[in-house]
Amino acid sequence: MLYYIIRRIIAAFLMLVVISIVTFGIFYGGPTDPARLTCGKNCTPASIAANRHALGLDKPVTVQYANFARGLVQARTFPDDPVFARNNPDKVTHCPAPCLGYSPLETKLVTDIVKDRLPVTLSISLGAFVIWIVAGVGLGIVAALKRGHWQDRGIVAISLVFYSFPAFFIALLMYNYLSTQWQLLPPPAYVSIFQDPVAWFQGLLLPWFSLAALFAAGYVRLTRAYMLETMGEDYLRTARAKGLPERTVIFKHTLRAALTPIVTVAGLDFGGLFAGAAITETVFNFQGLGRAVVTSVSVFDLPVIVALVLVAAFFIVMANLVVDVLYGVIDPRVRLA
Amino acid sequence: MPVSSDTRTVSDSLTADAGTPFLDVRDLHVHFPTDDGLVKAVDGLDFTLARGQTVGIVGESGSGKSVASLAILGLHRRSKAKLSGEILLDGEDLLTVSDERIRSLRGNQMAMVFQDPLSALHPYYTIGNQIVEAYRIHNAVSKDAARKRAIEMLDRVGIPNPNRRVDQYPHEFSGGMRQRAMIAMALVNDPKLLIADEPTTALDVTIQAQILDLMKDLQKEFGSAIIIITHDLGVVANVADAILVMYAGKCVEKGSVDEVFYAPQHPYTWGLLASMPRLDKDRSERLDPIPGNPPSLINLPSGCAFNPRCAHRSEVEGDLCRSQVPELLEARPGQSARCHIPAARRADIYAQISGEERIPVPDQISAPVQDLAQDHVPVPVQDKSSDRKP
Repeated sequence: MLYYIIRRIIAAFLMLVVISIVTFGIFYGGPTDPARLTCGKNCTPASIAANRHALGLDKPVTVQYANFARGLVQARTFPDDPVFARNNPDKVTHCPAPCLGYSPLETKLVTDIVKDRLPVTLSISLGAFVIWIVAGVGLGIVAALKRGHWQDRGIVAISLVFYSFPAFFIALLMYNYLSTQWQLLPPPAYVSIFQDPVAWFQGLLLPWFSLAALFAAGYVRLTRAYMLETMGEDYLRTARAKGLPERTVIFKHTLRAALTPIVTVAGLDFGGLFAGAAITETVFNFQGLGRAVVTSVSVFDLPVIVALVLVAAFFIVMANLVVDVLYGVIDPRVRLA
Repeated sequence: MPVSSDTRTVSDSLTADAGTPFLDVRDLHVHFPTDDGLVKAVDGLDFTLARGQTVGIVGESGSGKSVASLAILGLHRRSKAKLSGEILLDGEDLLTVSDERIRSLRGNQMAMVFQDPLSALHPYYTIGNQIVEAYRIHNAVSKDAARKRAIEMLDRVGIPNPNRRVDQYPHEFSGGMRQRAMIAMALVNDPKLLIADEPTTALDVTIQAQILDLMKDLQKEFGSAIIIITHDLGVVANVADAILVMYAGKCVEKGSVDEVFYAPQHPYTWGLLASMPRLDKDRSERLDPIPGNPPSLINLPSGCAFNPRCAHRSEVEGDLCRSQVPELLEARPGQSARCHIPAARRADIYAQISGEERIPVPDQISAPVQDLAQDHVPVPVQDKSSDRKP
């Protein structure tokens, strides 16, 4: 099992390296000129060239990637030019490791941008995840146990409605009715949990519910399907033939087998959410990673784009790793593989 | 369906000498309402079984064998099945007792061994864990004591190294070992009634023989009554005392193993026997399958359910086969069949189609038949005829 985990960690690391190379290659090797975008209307060929040099964009892509990769373990300075640094020591930005780069458009270190926005995204995803797992899996189990009854039909019908609407529609609907018109939920706003936990909780309720409603709908159907599939298994007949009470048959024998595939999907969805729920963040005006991705792409803020893609990849790869390990814990047949 | 009084005496006499019937199934019906109509999976089944005795239920797929056994365990209770009749286990009617009562009997007084042990064992729990669970649900003992018991049972069913195997998962067991573990689990509470649903079908032939021997040994040791459900006549010949042949939810023939093998009464039984490979026949001879398919249980043929596939309809006058459901009547002492062909004619027809001389109908079946078997009568399972109980 330990060997299996180590092997998976190595594979995950290699995966991230490959992703970083591909991402970097796509954005920096592509036909965009970030230097052209640094000075707006005041650009002159000379200032563009100066900025290009200052940002290191005049170097070959391979060298730029090597600098970027080194920055992950070693401090960098921007601009990376000893002559400039000697003449204007106050204009040099120091970037301690791990350094994800410098955004000339935001005049900020990318690391700081990620640090500012990650807690917002984490807060949204974590809360939404808890709600959607509890609601989605719970209702899915109820639907499966009451198959064919009105409870089942109702749950499936409602989940289908939520599943069919686009994310922004549900978010706007909830915002308008739950918060603005009926004032059931406090208006959404992000407050750090360390500042005011109550305000943090209240401010996040709306994004949590709107995001969770969307995901829970899918999980209801998924859980119901897996439950029904497992309920037809021969080993449940054996469990009943042993004289086990129905409670044990359902919660011990059925649930464990039925939830295994859900763990996979949930892990990946959760990891994916860390990359940012762009639509939800935009609707509720939360400055999370998802917003940052949308903004940076629209203005070709290459260092930010590359860093955010890597952060997203990191979380997804990690989620994958956790799911694989969990799978081995849940299903003994996977352990030997 | 009315039960003739003959039937009762017949089945009672089958097991009467072995004590009062431990299991007494009377006029059992299991019907499933579906969108297409009522599926009569079991339609009037009667049999009795005494402690220490084995009955083999034989029939094609869909003849109601498994449904009947699940009904005995009360495993149809949560489904839409409609059950009627009586299932008396030690005098207690299992169809009317509470859910809780039948749950406490299940796995304790009566246990079941299923066909495919890989799918019938939970893949996520160790073998030991599953046996311990079966033991502790009916016995208030500590985990350690239950574990000891599990190891003891694994040892008893012939699993080598039980101390180590107890912590392994089903996928780490071979097919035969899995079935042994399944049997260990079924026997952990010393059940008085063991139902084995095709226990050897998923196993290869050498393992089959081992499992059957194991079941016979365990029966001697624990004195359980066993119902063995199979479509393999060889298995029945090996382990059973009595045979019950089912067709389309009804019992078409029953009797002791010797009787049914040496003097089968029902054309369907003839067909089953003819479709078995035999060592005493020329190898170039083709096996003779029963033509056609089992009937739909929703629209049974009128009259005898077997009539569309029966080659001997002309033996019966007035086309009774198509118009009237035959009763299960005593053909010879201790043997009954559900067929319109006059009992006296059956032996002639069977002798003719099996290419043997006419078998005389003895009054007492035990010793004379055994002698006959050694002289002229075809023995379907050659190597087992010697250790069959007279």
